[in-house]
Amino acid sequence: MTHLLNVKDLRAYYGQVQALHGLSFSLNEGSLTTLLGANGAGKTTTLRAICNMVRSTGGIEFDGKPLNNRSTESIVRYGIAHVPQGRGTFTTMTVEENLQLGAITRKDSTNIVADIERMYAHFPVLKQRHTQQAGTLSGGEQQMLAVARALMLRPRLMLLDEPSFGLAPLVVRDLFGILGKINREDKVTILVVEQNAQLALELADQAYVIETGRIVMSGKAKDIASNEDIRKSYLGY
Amino acid sequence: MELFTNQILAGIATGAIYACMALAVVMIYQAIDHLNFAQGEMAMFATFISWQLMQWGVPYWGAFVLTLIFAFIGGIAIERILFKPLAKAPILTNVAGFIALFAIINSCAGLIWDFTIKQYPTPFGSAPFLGSQLISTHQAGMIGVTVLLLVALFFFFQYTRIGLAMRAAAALPESARLVGINTSWMIALGWGMASAIGAIAGMLIAPVVFLEPNMMGGVLIYGFAAAVLGGLTSPFGAVVGGFLMGIFENLAGTYIPGVGNELKLPIALALIISVLVVKPAGLFGRHIVKRV
Repeated sequence: MTHLLNVKDLRAYYGQVQALHGLSFSLNEGSLTTLLGANGAGKTTTLRAICNMVRSTGGIEFDGKPLNNRSTESIVRYGIAHVPQGRGTFTTMTVEENLQLGAITRKDSTNIVADIERMYAHFPVLKQRHTQQAGTLSGGEQQMLAVARALMLRPRLMLLDEPSFGLAPLVVRDLFGILGKINREDKVTILVVEQNAQLALELADQAYVIETGRIVMSGKAKDIASNEDIRKSYLGY
Repeated sequence: MELFTNQILAGIATGAIYACMALAVVMIYQAIDHLNFAQGEMAMFATFISWQLMQWGVPYWGAFVLTLIFAFIGGIAIERILFKPLAKAPILTNVAGFIALFAIINSCAGLIWDFTIKQYPTPFGSAPFLGSQLISTHQAGMIGVTVLLLVALFFFFQYTRIGLAMRAAAALPESARLVGINTSWMIALGWGMASAIGAIAGMLIAPVVFLEPNMMGGVLIYGFAAAVLGGLTSPFGAVVGGFLMGIFENLAGTYIPGVGNELKLPIALALIISVLVVKPAGLFGRHIVKRV
């Protein structure tokens, strides 16, 4: 298997404060990987560093091409969709406009229309509400919209920052089910950052555990889930 | 009754000027969240360019189109050179930048074309419009152009991809970058469009107020006021605000004893303050519905 994303010795800084201390990991093409860790461990920073939204050094390679020093918007154009913490919904625009924005860099307008229909098939609730202001959707619906918007890019890699945050357990199960389906059927490589370790490990095939800006553990998700020591000391369940 | 309708008509006619200016103000406000104090001077300078072209023998509409192109590129250039470096600076730094730009453009125009008042032609003629003494064909043309402009902008923002991208960049820059929008160029584009709209306003106003470097001073204040009244986030509101300003100013001048020409402006501005006390977002400002 080839590596779609290769991160080597990544260090990131907020002003003078160093948040990542030489992080290295890689994602196999077509894999579903989760990055776990406590609050403040550097999970969000890792995702932000990949999209050059925070100052960082080290090597980030996507499909063999270096991403360092490229602007966020040009990194997105490589096919990396980032669903940020807080979802980044365009709350004053309609649901349909949000979906169109997801495909704003694409030139194939006929396929875009078909893709919007595909999203409505994935997430029927979005179809019901397609003319509504996105800010009026519930938290779960907004998270569905954020995932759908990211998929409209037809990404090769999708980065999700705590998609379960603030959602009811049943909604999270739904959402994770859809993520798994997208990963299998659409062959989108997914990296999902989570605090909800138990659920994320059920979903993922690879897992990394991160603590204070360093990778402390990596392996197959089911191995990590079944290792009681790791679970107790790092994942808190 | 006839006096009343005539005053309304005349108000709409002056209101068209304010509406045009307010549109330009709203365009830049949407892009960078600041009021551009130099907007009027940019419009004035563009109007001088069109006048110069006509002096050199270019026909009116040729000069009109060339000036729009000049204003569009000029607006983008000002953003790239002056305001892009100030993007992360505090508000006051930006305000200082706007004031400096105001003074620079004003002086340059004075230096190149001097401060004497110049006649400026109108493509619409100046006969009474439909027999009314209070509104001329030029003023009617002005109203028409303003409405056309508004409709064109509406379609641009609502139904084109680049319009959608510009709205997204203005609303949430970080999210916009995450869907691949080059927000920095969207801002520049907003400046270019605002500058071109201002140029249209300038060229329409010049036959009424005559061409000189200080021609936009009063107009810009009304334009700001109209934009605030209508809601700084709404191009439609800006245009309605402009027309309302014009109408109210005329009615107050005619019907309230002792107001006359001198007190029209303060009365109109007092009205705006009253509206804003009741509705801080302006008449058509965006209401954000949010569920938490």
